[in-house]
Amino acid sequence: MQNRTMIYKGFERFWHWTQAVLIMFLAATGFEIHSAYEFFGYENAVTFHNAAGIGFIALIIVAIFWHFATGEWRQYLPTTENLISYVRFYLIGIFRDEPHPTKSDHLSKLNPLQKLVYLGLKLLVIPVVAGSGLFYLYYRYPQSGAMKTLNIDSLEIVALLHTAGAFLLVTFLIAHLYLITTGHTLTHNLKTMITGHEDPEDEKQASQEL
Amino acid sequence: MKKPVNILLFVGGLLILLILSRLPYVTEPDEDLKELRVEYTTEHVPSVDHRKFAVLKKDFSAPQEVTEACISCHTERHTEVLKSAHWNWERESYIPGRGILKAGKKNLLNNFCIGIGGSEVSCTRCHVGYGWEDKNFNFDNAKNIDCLVCHDNTGDYVKAIATAGYPVPDVDLNAVAQNVSLPKRANCGSCHFYGGGGNNVKHGDLEKTLFSPTKDVDVHMAIDGPNMDCVVCHEAENHKLQGKMYSVSSMNHDRVTCEQCHGEFPHTKSILNEHTVKVACQTCHIPIYAKVNATKMSWDWSTAGKLRDGEPYTVEDEDGNHIYRSIKGSFTWAKNVKPEYSWFNGTADHYFIGDKVDTSEVIKMNTLNGEYRDRNSKIIPVKVHRAKQIYDCCFQLIIQPKLYASQEGEGGFWRDFDWHEAAQKGMESAGAPYSGNFCFVNTEMSWPLNHMVSSKEKSVSCKECHTRDDSRLADLDDFYMPGRDYNSAIDFTGVALIILTLIGVILHGLIRLVSNLNKRTKN
Repeated sequence: MQNRTMIYKGFERFWHWTQAVLIMFLAATGFEIHSAYEFFGYENAVTFHNAAGIGFIALIIVAIFWHFATGEWRQYLPTTENLISYVRFYLIGIFRDEPHPTKSDHLSKLNPLQKLVYLGLKLLVIPVVAGSGLFYLYYRYPQSGAMKTLNIDSLEIVALLHTAGAFLLVTFLIAHLYLITTGHTLTHNLKTMITGHEDPEDEKQASQEL
Repeated sequence: MKKPVNILLFVGGLLILLILSRLPYVTEPDEDLKELRVEYTTEHVPSVDHRKFAVLKKDFSAPQEVTEACISCHTERHTEVLKSAHWNWERESYIPGRGILKAGKKNLLNNFCIGIGGSEVSCTRCHVGYGWEDKNFNFDNAKNIDCLVCHDNTGDYVKAIATAGYPVPDVDLNAVAQNVSLPKRANCGSCHFYGGGGNNVKHGDLEKTLFSPTKDVDVHMAIDGPNMDCVVCHEAENHKLQGKMYSVSSMNHDRVTCEQCHGEFPHTKSILNEHTVKVACQTCHIPIYAKVNATKMSWDWSTAGKLRDGEPYTVEDEDGNHIYRSIKGSFTWAKNVKPEYSWFNGTADHYFIGDKVDTSEVIKMNTLNGEYRDRNSKIIPVKVHRAKQIYDCCFQLIIQPKLYASQEGEGGFWRDFDWHEAAQKGMESAGAPYSGNFCFVNTEMSWPLNHMVSSKEKSVSCKECHTRDDSRLADLDDFYMPGRDYNSAIDFTGVALIILTLIGVILHGLIRLVSNLNKRTKN
């Protein structure tokens, strides 16, 4: 047991899984609002989507605070170190059963590809989706003339940004769900994200592979 | 350790504020409705008994004598009526591009019976006066005010056909004069339900069914519901009634609104209250109009004038609606009609006699102003009445034909069936020119719908508007509406991205599977 390394702390796991559920729920309700299909019923879809959206933003705010308070934000600083070897690994090495180019630990839990993609999500996609979502929620109130300087004369740009961001998030979700299976074993990454620890059995297997 | 806690508290406080700010201003609607019900079902008890007045017992030889008797006690009321739109059939209005002018039936044309000029004797059956036979009528003579048509509570006072507003000769003026009170819906309805020459011809949402409708027809006037009279909402002060119809009105004041009783945020669900910034109550709560009797949807004047054996004739459909009349042309009717929708900021423009209009587009007899970007605009339901009507193709003017005449040879189309004569006489009465060349052009007129309010269960549902196909608001394309609108490039790219990613991960997975199997077989 003493070999087990804590990779994902309790808050991180809470944050990750809550976010996962919220994003999937927001996608399900959001695309119903977009008239892609019918399931919850339009009014329910909007009500649920609005509530989940507020929840998502609340979670983001807490997560931002946590990342700065703990200094964990540095995990997302992009690096070119090992970047090429990771690209090569996912394109070629993984089929030849080559080992992962690096091992994650609590100091560097993300590989350089993850760092890049997650940073992109955090700096571009999430702010665009959450920001446009806020405008979507509140644009009506300036519309009534109460706050003229905040008036949005067209919802179109807000809605289109929100939709585009949603498509990107769903795309990310698909790739992310698949990449879960590319750890040392099929379920290694999933287990780590649930328990927070690298599974020593998987580690052993990984070192045997070496 | 203290610092992060402070920050958490700060962030938490912000969050609570954010969530609180999402809560709508909710009053208790059910409580409100209860109060309203109590308020509006209280019977009006008159403070005097008109049967006891000697002045109303004398022998009346003319209806004007009744008016004089009224004025002898209500000494100043006539001055109020003389200023009213019911009397003058016009209002002083400011219309952008035209300035301040008087607008009303004297100088506006519609696409039903077109205009009153030259036909006054017939049209003024619905005037609150006696003797408006032509444009020389004296609008300052209070003796000609018809008090009874609005205040009769016997139901026996009827104005005669084509006698410039006089009552039928056999009406018992003493009985009527002694039974006057606040106007009932029978008074208002006797004119407002029959505009355009028959029941429900014009409005679509105002017709004889409203004398005693069920809740299914109108939740307010329902006899099995609050049973509200017209004047409950259309309150009057000094004979100036609230409410107006934009077939003849132009300005955004003195309107009757749902909000005056129900408030601006009447729903318990904030998702519904959020709509009220841009959507009028009527839009969701009047899902269909002409619920009982059909309303006229189109009128083709160009087919008028056909005779059978030298006589005018009428053709009816199975419900008894006229579909052809020699004097008027061809009509279409519809029942349970879904409204069309329009942005509206409470101001309107009209076709004034003498306005030059070209025929490159359908001519609008009235224009409801408004658009999405206009903060005073809301989406309202309208009945659009479409017509083909007579037009001076040289001078580019809509023609007001003289329709009614008491006998043949006076130029009235309804007697002589001669468009040239009718155009000549009608335009002459308006002081407008006529070139001698006429044709028929397509016109449209929008009638905002305000009555026949349905119960909340029958209101328009989300998906009737927020849908890609066949949205009720399909024609209002100047704004983005969730569920209806999308950007095809973004949706195409997005879907393509998702499909490509799926293909990518499936391929990647398959190759992994295959190489894994290979490795095992080698081992």
